[in-house]
Amino acid sequence: MTEISSPLLRLEGISLSFKGVKAISDISFDVARGRITALIGPNGAGKSSLLNVINGVYRPQAGRIVFDGEVRRRMDPHRAAVRGIARTFQNIALFKGMSVLDNVLTGRNLKRRSSWLEQALRIGRAPAEDDAQRRRAEEVIAFLHLQPWRHTLVSKLPYGLQKRVELARALAAEPKLLLLDEPMAGMNAEEKREMSRFVADVNREFGTTVVLIEHDIGVVMNLSDHVVVLDYGRKIGDGPPDEVRRNPEVIAAYLGTRH
Amino acid sequence: MFYTEAGQFSGHYRADRRLFRLRQDRYALYALLLFAFAVVPAIGSDYWLNAILIPFLVLSLAGLGLNLLTGYAGQLSLGSAAFMAVGAFATYNLALRVPGLPLLVGIALGGVFAAAASVLFGLPSLRIKGFYLLVSTLAAQFFVQWLFTKVSWFSNDSASGVITAPPLRIAGHDLSNPAGRYLLTLGFVVALTLLARNVVKSELGRNWMAVRDMDTAAAVIGIPLARTKLLAFALSGFILGVAGALWAFTYLGTVEPHGFDLSRSFQVLFIIIIGGLGSIAGNFLGAAFIVLLPIGLSLLSGLLPPGVIDAGQLENLQKIVFGLLIIGFLIKEPEGLARLWQQLRERARVWPLRY
Repeated sequence: MTEISSPLLRLEGISLSFKGVKAISDISFDVARGRITALIGPNGAGKSSLLNVINGVYRPQAGRIVFDGEVRRRMDPHRAAVRGIARTFQNIALFKGMSVLDNVLTGRNLKRRSSWLEQALRIGRAPAEDDAQRRRAEEVIAFLHLQPWRHTLVSKLPYGLQKRVELARALAAEPKLLLLDEPMAGMNAEEKREMSRFVADVNREFGTTVVLIEHDIGVVMNLSDHVVVLDYGRKIGDGPPDEVRRNPEVIAAYLGTRH
Repeated sequence: MFYTEAGQFSGHYRADRRLFRLRQDRYALYALLLFAFAVVPAIGSDYWLNAILIPFLVLSLAGLGLNLLTGYAGQLSLGSAAFMAVGAFATYNLALRVPGLPLLVGIALGGVFAAAASVLFGLPSLRIKGFYLLVSTLAAQFFVQWLFTKVSWFSNDSASGVITAPPLRIAGHDLSNPAGRYLLTLGFVVALTLLARNVVKSELGRNWMAVRDMDTAAAVIGIPLARTKLLAFALSGFILGVAGALWAFTYLGTVEPHGFDLSRSFQVLFIIIIGGLGSIAGNFLGAAFIVLLPIGLSLLSGLLPPGVIDAGQLENLQKIVFGLLIIGFLIKEPEGLARLWQQLRERARVWPLRY
């Protein structure tokens, strides 16, 4: 079931529409274990919708999802999190009123065994578990070089760092599949380079499978092992970066023209 | 200079999680508790204990209850007084119908009944948010008040609907004197405040804030939304229920539905807005503002030479000034008194330097 050769995630004939407006039509592709897959395409191509389908925020009208050997018609967000899917959002969705450390700790909520009462009274399993969770959170914070800001409110951090905290929160859940919705949007070249390196490090160090949406084609070609191109909710390209770059349909729809 | 963090390092995560990490904060807290438990009952006059400190403490506790729900978990509610009423009536009926039930257990069980009622009226929160939820909790407010007025069983079939609270006795000690009632109230307030502070710093508190700040992201990271929201309603209801029981037993000495009307719910809401949403200390600051300011204003107006303003107008004038002060204050500091307090501490940390 979990042999290395089988894809971690397989989408089969996924279609999604909002009140009759088609967002995604009949999309199928595989995401290989331990690889970085990029989703690219012009605005409104259905990339974010597809991520929302994968982790259950949206329910597709047709098609099925095979994740880690388990076949589902649709996911729900909680179930997806339990099964090991974590994600970041295009518009940062951090918990603004909380510190960096607390945001990262929320990522570990599924790893808890002690009850809320044990935690509130600091008895039983809670103290040792609190230590263990903090240690894991600190590892993630250190991995993403966030130590100086661990007690800072996330709303006080600059944009680039907020993006990184969001990655930290997702990573703290120790996901099998990490979905990144434009992790480098709005960043300057320096920040993009840094973020690319973090994503590559996560992939290499933890073997986490990554699906990311990105518009910077240079970043995509360097970072990803596999590229899927969407246009108007259809898949128009699917393959290794070099192959996709030469695909005439992709050039016409996305690479060659300005949007 | 006096309030510096220098040299205070946490050697373990456990030490870093202490409720009051700074030595100065801990000492200040010990001193405050010592003062409140030992000095105040000895020197406080009956008027101060009865008319100022007890209502201040009970309203702080009610604020704490609502703040967990609204300030931390982000669920709006206008039903605070309803859950206070449930706590008060439950405690009264338990004392009446269960002979030999210790008072402390009765008050705690009153809180449990209020928690159950709160969860029940919190169920709509699983589907609706914001102002719509406000309306659903408003229904709790009207329904509970109607229930206790209409069904005379709750008030032991008394003709007026106003019933006298049973005497306050704990393990044979009579607590009916002002100092005794003050100490009983203080005990509950301190215990529940410490519990609440622990909860908001625990996983549950983080989950509440996550749901408040961005519920989609909370669900995506695996936080169970329904359970988290209902636990907020339960804990909030429990604390409000205990506050209601204390309001009836240690402050008023009577139990009546009209003491828990919509204006009480608004009062509790104002306390947390003025004090600071998502702050524990804010409830005490807000309650002090609400309780002490009108008293201060009436004292001030007493200083006016007689005849300048006639007595009937004076009371209205006080309300106008009170309202203006609230508006002015909220324009100046929308995040409440707790924010001012925090800024003061930030200043104190670097004093006498500016930065």
